[in-house]
Amino acid sequence: MKIVLENLTKIFPSRDKKAGNEVVAVSDFNFTIPDGKLIGLLGPSGCGKSTTLYMISGLQKPTSGRIYFGDDDVTELSTENRGIGLVFQNYALYPHMTVKQNILFPLQNLKGKDKLSKETMLERAHEAARLVQIEELMERKPSELSGGQQQRVAIARALVKMPRVLLLDEPLSNLDARLRLQTREEIRRIQKETGITTVFVTHDQEEAMSISDMIVVMKLGVVQQIGKPQEVYDSPANLFVAKFLGTPPINVFEGEVADGKLYIGEDHVMNVKKVPDQKVYVGIRPEGFTLDKKGALHCKLSNVEVMGRDVSVVSTNEASLNPVVRSIIDADNKLDATAETVRYSLKPHKVFLFNKETGERIHFEVK
Amino acid sequence: MVESKHQWKAWLYLAPAIALLLVFTVWPIINTVRMAFLENYSGLKAAGGAVFEFGIGNFEKVIKYRRFVSCLKNTVLLCLWTVPISTLLALLIAVALNSIKFLQKALQTVFFLPYVTNSIAIGMVFAAMFNIVGSFYGTENEIIVTAGIINNVIQFFGGEPINWINYGSTYEANMFVMIVYIVWNALPFKILVLLGGLQSINKQYYEAAKVDGTPRRRIFTRITVPLLSPMLAYVIITGFIGGFKEYTSIVGIFGETMGPPDSAGRLNTMVGFIYDALSTNSQGRASAAALILFAIILVVTMINLQVSKKRVHY
Repeated sequence: MKIVLENLTKIFPSRDKKAGNEVVAVSDFNFTIPDGKLIGLLGPSGCGKSTTLYMISGLQKPTSGRIYFGDDDVTELSTENRGIGLVFQNYALYPHMTVKQNILFPLQNLKGKDKLSKETMLERAHEAARLVQIEELMERKPSELSGGQQQRVAIARALVKMPRVLLLDEPLSNLDARLRLQTREEIRRIQKETGITTVFVTHDQEEAMSISDMIVVMKLGVVQQIGKPQEVYDSPANLFVAKFLGTPPINVFEGEVADGKLYIGEDHVMNVKKVPDQKVYVGIRPEGFTLDKKGALHCKLSNVEVMGRDVSVVSTNEASLNPVVRSIIDADNKLDATAETVRYSLKPHKVFLFNKETGERIHFEVK
Repeated sequence: MVESKHQWKAWLYLAPAIALLLVFTVWPIINTVRMAFLENYSGLKAAGGAVFEFGIGNFEKVIKYRRFVSCLKNTVLLCLWTVPISTLLALLIAVALNSIKFLQKALQTVFFLPYVTNSIAIGMVFAAMFNIVGSFYGTENEIIVTAGIINNVIQFFGGEPINWINYGSTYEANMFVMIVYIVWNALPFKILVLLGGLQSINKQYYEAAKVDGTPRRRIFTRITVPLLSPMLAYVIITGFIGGFKEYTSIVGIFGETMGPPDSAGRLNTMVGFIYDALSTNSQGRASAAALILFAIILVVTMINLQVSKKRVHY
């Protein structure tokens, strides 16, 4: 089931009428979520990603714009008639029911022609439990489960009625680091197995990048960029997206383009053709640096962190907006850790220029 | 362990309360037990130097006493009627209050008003509402004028006025008035507790139920009530305990006669029985009755707790 969001906007009226500043939670969101894909809504808190999810779910009404599931306009349809499964951030499992009762609950609500026999219900519940691998926990209460198990139960409860769309609100935020890795792959697997169009919300870029077919990066209610994770990472639309994606984060410098040459501080680091002369922000991914004795970019070496496969070189540069410049280089490179300066040459496709006022990307031709 | 050198301070702070409790609670309890097991104990005679034998005669007397069974019956009946009715009503009102936004605070105050009003005063108002003004000692030709608002309403709809509490009224009518009055009196506290419980239920359970298309009735029975069950248990248990101590409400409606003028004492309760014994200087019998009442409350509370173990989800 593809989901079409058309000019979706949500405005929360201000509580204090005198202050009069209403909050635009989501502004003019347009996106077609392809059928059977896993989509990550990504952004810092307050960016409107959860609001978007709740509008898709029907728990919140959009101020304007339409929502379509396939060809059906569901904008005015109430939650229960949309055929969605929703997994809440803190799971919202009914604490007084066993796992089995929790999973059965949505099925027992079905009425009329959809009504199922007891056997079918149990079968469906067990099927859902099998899918998320919690069959042996069916008789337990939610309080007797770990966070990861509770989450699986919540997913099973959402899947048991075979929804057209599965929505997950910060599905991993309540789990510890190890479980998070495991669970996100689990979500990926379940989504692949069921083929249900799935939308999930997260503030963790790594999480979104690792399992999504497509990510939507949002900021203050406005969509910044939509695309496949790798594409967005390799070609960020603006400084915000560039900064938001990637660990360690991108290094940002004050720079200047003059006569087709890019300067960081005094160093002429690259040639950028067809870019008008202007002051710019220069974003360089940590993996965009190459150690080079004759390299153009000079940095003060402060620390070398060995990580096995790679070496993380921490240095400082006066033009850097981040407190330190962090580069990731192959461990094969021999680096004198006692040296005072380190010199880099840059990989052009890992370097991005941004407009100093708007933060928009300035494209340039390499060579 | 708190640093032991400061322990004396803790005891010092507790001392006034402990002293008062010892004198006014612990000692009277012990003394009650003592008096109950001394044959025909009377405070007056004890002061005169009489010596009483140990025995269970007081208990035998209580049970054989003419009024005892009727007092026990009244108490139990009032409990069995008022606790379920008031709990159910309070639950419905609390849920309704919780689901509205407009006027919620104002209505909350209105529903809480009876709690801060003197129950004797409320009793007198109820008595006036159920009253019939007219002569019952007069001749047959004398016209009975109804003035109580309840009877006025009944007459407005073409019904026959009912003699609720006056001379010649029936036991059933008396009990009905008592039940209405006690339920009314018990509502505010229960509503307050249940509303507090409702407001602490995580809203996400309701959102989850909504996503699953749960009908309202099912949300109520399968989600609200179970999640509210600790509060419900509390309200029911304290309701029973309070119910077994019912006394003031009877006085509020019927005055010290504890019944209509022609059958005084008909609505007397266990606590009333104890007071009656005290007023005739039969402290031994009063103590025995108090212990019996205590035993009944204990057993009922144990049953309540046992049931709630299975039904309550903490």
